[in-house]
Amino acid sequence: MVVAISVLTALVMFLGAGLLWAGKRLRPDETSLTEQINALLPQTQCAQCGFPGCRPYAQAIADGQADINQCPPGGDEGVQALAGLLGVEPKPLDTSHGEHKPPIVALIDEDRCIGCTLCIQACPVDAIIGAPRLMHTVIEAECTGCELCLPPCPVDCIDLVDRPQAYVPPKPASAAIPIRVRAA
Amino acid sequence: MEFSTAGAPHLPPGNRVDRIMRRVLYALIPGILAHWLVFGWGIVFQLTVAVGFALLFEWLMLRARQRPVRVFLSDYSVVVTAVLFALCMPPLAPWWVAAVGMLFAVVIAKHLYGGLGYNLFNPTMVGVAAVIIAFPVELSLWLAPRSVSPGLPGFLDTARAILTGSTGHLDYDAITRATPLDLLRTGAMDQLRTPEIQQDAVFSRFGAAGWDWIVLAYLAGGLWLLQQGVIRWQAPTGVILTTLLVGSLLWLSGTDVYPSPSLQLFAGSLVLAAFFIVTDPVSGSATPRGRLIFGIGVALITLAIRQWGGFPDGVAFGVLLMNMFVPLIDRYTQPRVYGVRR
Amino acid sequence: MSQAAAGLRLHGFHGGLAMAGQRQVSLEVPLAAADVPERIYVPIGQHQGRPGDLLVAPGERVLGGQALTSSEDDFEVPAHAPCSGKIVGLCERPASHPPGSLRRCIEIIPDGLDEWAPPTPLDDWATRPPGEIIDHLRSMGLVGLGGAMFPTAAKLRGPWAAIHTLILNGAECEPWISCDETLMRTRSEAVIRGGRILAAAVAAERVIIAVEEDMAGIAAGLEKALAARDSGVEIHIAEVPPVYPQGGERQLIETLTGLQVPSDGLPQDIGLLVHNVATAAAAFDAVEIGRPLTERIVTVTGPGIQRPCNLRAAVGTPIAHLVTAAGGYREGVQRLILGGPMSGTALPSDEVVLTKGSHCVLALTERELAPKPEPMPCINCGECVAVCPASLMPQLLFRALAADRHEHARDLSLLECIECGCCAEVCPSHIPLVDFYRHGKARLRVKDLDHRRAALAKRRYEAREERLAQEQAEREARRRARAERLQKAEAARDEIQAAIERARAKKRAGD
Repeated sequence: MVVAISVLTALVMFLGAGLLWAGKRLRPDETSLTEQINALLPQTQCAQCGFPGCRPYAQAIADGQADINQCPPGGDEGVQALAGLLGVEPKPLDTSHGEHKPPIVALIDEDRCIGCTLCIQACPVDAIIGAPRLMHTVIEAECTGCELCLPPCPVDCIDLVDRPQAYVPPKPASAAIPIRVRAA
Repeated sequence: MEFSTAGAPHLPPGNRVDRIMRRVLYALIPGILAHWLVFGWGIVFQLTVAVGFALLFEWLMLRARQRPVRVFLSDYSVVVTAVLFALCMPPLAPWWVAAVGMLFAVVIAKHLYGGLGYNLFNPTMVGVAAVIIAFPVELSLWLAPRSVSPGLPGFLDTARAILTGSTGHLDYDAITRATPLDLLRTGAMDQLRTPEIQQDAVFSRFGAAGWDWIVLAYLAGGLWLLQQGVIRWQAPTGVILTTLLVGSLLWLSGTDVYPSPSLQLFAGSLVLAAFFIVTDPVSGSATPRGRLIFGIGVALITLAIRQWGGFPDGVAFGVLLMNMFVPLIDRYTQPRVYGVRR
Repeated sequence: MSQAAAGLRLHGFHGGLAMAGQRQVSLEVPLAAADVPERIYVPIGQHQGRPGDLLVAPGERVLGGQALTSSEDDFEVPAHAPCSGKIVGLCERPASHPPGSLRRCIEIIPDGLDEWAPPTPLDDWATRPPGEIIDHLRSMGLVGLGGAMFPTAAKLRGPWAAIHTLILNGAECEPWISCDETLMRTRSEAVIRGGRILAAAVAAERVIIAVEEDMAGIAAGLEKALAARDSGVEIHIAEVPPVYPQGGERQLIETLTGLQVPSDGLPQDIGLLVHNVATAAAAFDAVEIGRPLTERIVTVTGPGIQRPCNLRAAVGTPIAHLVTAAGGYREGVQRLILGGPMSGTALPSDEVVLTKGSHCVLALTERELAPKPEPMPCINCGECVAVCPASLMPQLLFRALAADRHEHARDLSLLECIECGCCAEVCPSHIPLVDFYRHGKARLRVKDLDHRRAALAKRRYEAREERLAQEQAEREARRRARAERLQKAEAARDEIQAAIERARAKKRAGD
């Protein structure tokens, strides 16, 4: 019996040491949950989720105050990624917060701009350059398409246009499994 | 002038699935002929029944799953499954053995896993394993080969035995004989020494009577497939070299207890497996090194089951057990990509 | 039997396909010059980089070889007029890729006089520093003529250690294409001398010219041209096996040196540089003759062309004009490809114009393009693994991409795929593998770009938040300071009042 006890004790100590070593070697990412969630959000800073930016939304998700499907720019892919991170079931995008749109950027019509700087103050990523009574322009490379500059503009001179994207060849159809749609 | 566009490459590929499958069938013809010469008309009816049920089940499953029937029926893959199955069956096995085998092979192993290209286990071997377990008696009674037999049953007698399942019209005890591997196992259980067991007439000088020719025919067909490029060398080499190597080591450690390596190769279905079963692309490993490991594993498990297991021939179980390891093997035998330091 | 110069061992590369060459078809007639079309449309951006600023105006008459656009740095390659004529203006022409896109071109009406600007060779180039040679090559409009059109100056000059070997790629491996063979046959001396110029530009120690084994007599011709002037850097001629894609840069390097280009690097990082033989000939023209890059040899071939041939054509010539020069189309022509059958781009129309990198125009008929049967499921046969020159696992990549698992495909090294087409060519299930890879790679690139934009947006958002917080804090601080001053002022008044009271009280008490 002594032998049995000592063997089991030795086994337990060996396995425990192994777990300690594994814990040190395979340490998970130390980043806080909010940071990890924020890294998955598209950083549009549009506030459509109901929070004043992506980081506050990430904080809210981490605190359990918000659901994962409130971000329209992230779309269904974003919801899937968040579901994967948090280990919950993915759900469809909550369209009461907005529709998922293809990437857009703001464009100021320079003929109508009056140089009031209201849009400059509204932009969450400082993507509009200009000065009082001087021309305002959106820097396309930095515009996130959040649409926050449109409401403040007193002359409504800002339009939203499609962001030019690189060409993506279409995905071909897979194996010969035809999908027959029954006539209604 | 305007033109239609499509993505490169613009030349249509030359290879086709049905071409591959048909070549496998051609390579099996010598083996089938040898089988007929050695064991008589049984193989003809086994083939008919197996292929018939296989096509029937394939058609039923394709209809049930709403897949294009003509495309998948004409790719010959299920015919290959059926022919290989028939070659593993005793010549006089009744028709329901093939029916159950094809049910397991086509319906369960192939279609319930997703159909062509998606099955995890080798369909033929699933069928063989199922009937080995379900019909142990029918599977253990082989005919004596022509050189040993008092007389193989004729065409009509064979038909009656297989299609009705009754054997009263035959002198059953005289014409049936256990296989060499079966004799080795029962003899070992009776504490007989291997050289004594091998005195039985079903053994030949370096293998098994009659079976020698069949195995040589399989070898010829397999080598032709290799030359044609239909199969690659890694899997057959793994099986055969491991059998010879391990078989020799065992034999040298005790000629009384272990059969010779040539007997390991020539009795049972290791050579058939090496060239036709282990090389099944869908359920085998995807990487070249993985195929080698797969072949080695099949041979090791088969030899172990033959020697220490409860079945005379362990090829079916060896293949199925290695099928289970294929995803793991694939993960760890990826080739090194150009320019990537791994 | 592969030959190599003394001391040069040939390694191979993994996989590849032995393909029927079909080169002889276009080599039966000698090289001819295509006549100048009625209008020429010179694309202003024929390279990977920005187009330069325009130097000409509509209505202006230009001479052949005159610069049409400027070049501020190595990635802005100038375009030159391929003939004398009048500038009409800018126009848009269909581009070969992506489908439906347009290319901005300078439209010129040739005047038929063929007047050329005086040639500007680089005198005594052998004594000049490499930087000057490279500047001259850039001003002459040199880009990679193998097809990618990478600015040659940017390839010769960059942040890498010394180049020891220059490889001239004459290993034309795709079926039907024979323009490089034609060039080496007709201008072997230009190739050799151009090779020396490029070697001087990077101070390479040796040059290897790679030709395919089945190019009859090419190696001998080059050896003869070599023997004529044997001074300068050592040049070897290597004959490589005609396996597709031997002419791919990475595969050629592996065959000639046994080294592999690191996946996140360039050949320059391992001391090698690869240029097409036509680029070498263009370097000779630019430096010793003084002519800019305005024309190239293009193979017009295929079963859909009446008289397959090689033509010397001006950049900016519409492809339709070249097809007419080759006798026109044959019956049943169905597809027009810019490039070879394995990796070429199918053109939507023959109004596309010739660029510096267009090496072949291939017309295929309905016979070659037998309707492809529907793809079957992948049976894991492993043929694709056996032929992949990058040692990838094409069937695993296919499964990942069919399931939209792009990150998994990236882990399987999808970005190492060179899109050669070998895997799709051997697939018995007829799966359009390369289409999946092109889709997956484009998706990954878009995703990476989106990630970078998101990271930038995050930084700018956080910077703005910081700035706003700082402004807020400053306002707070000013308010507090004012309040303190006010407090202090009140306290001072109280003190003064108290002192006055005390003084009054004292005075009252003193009375």
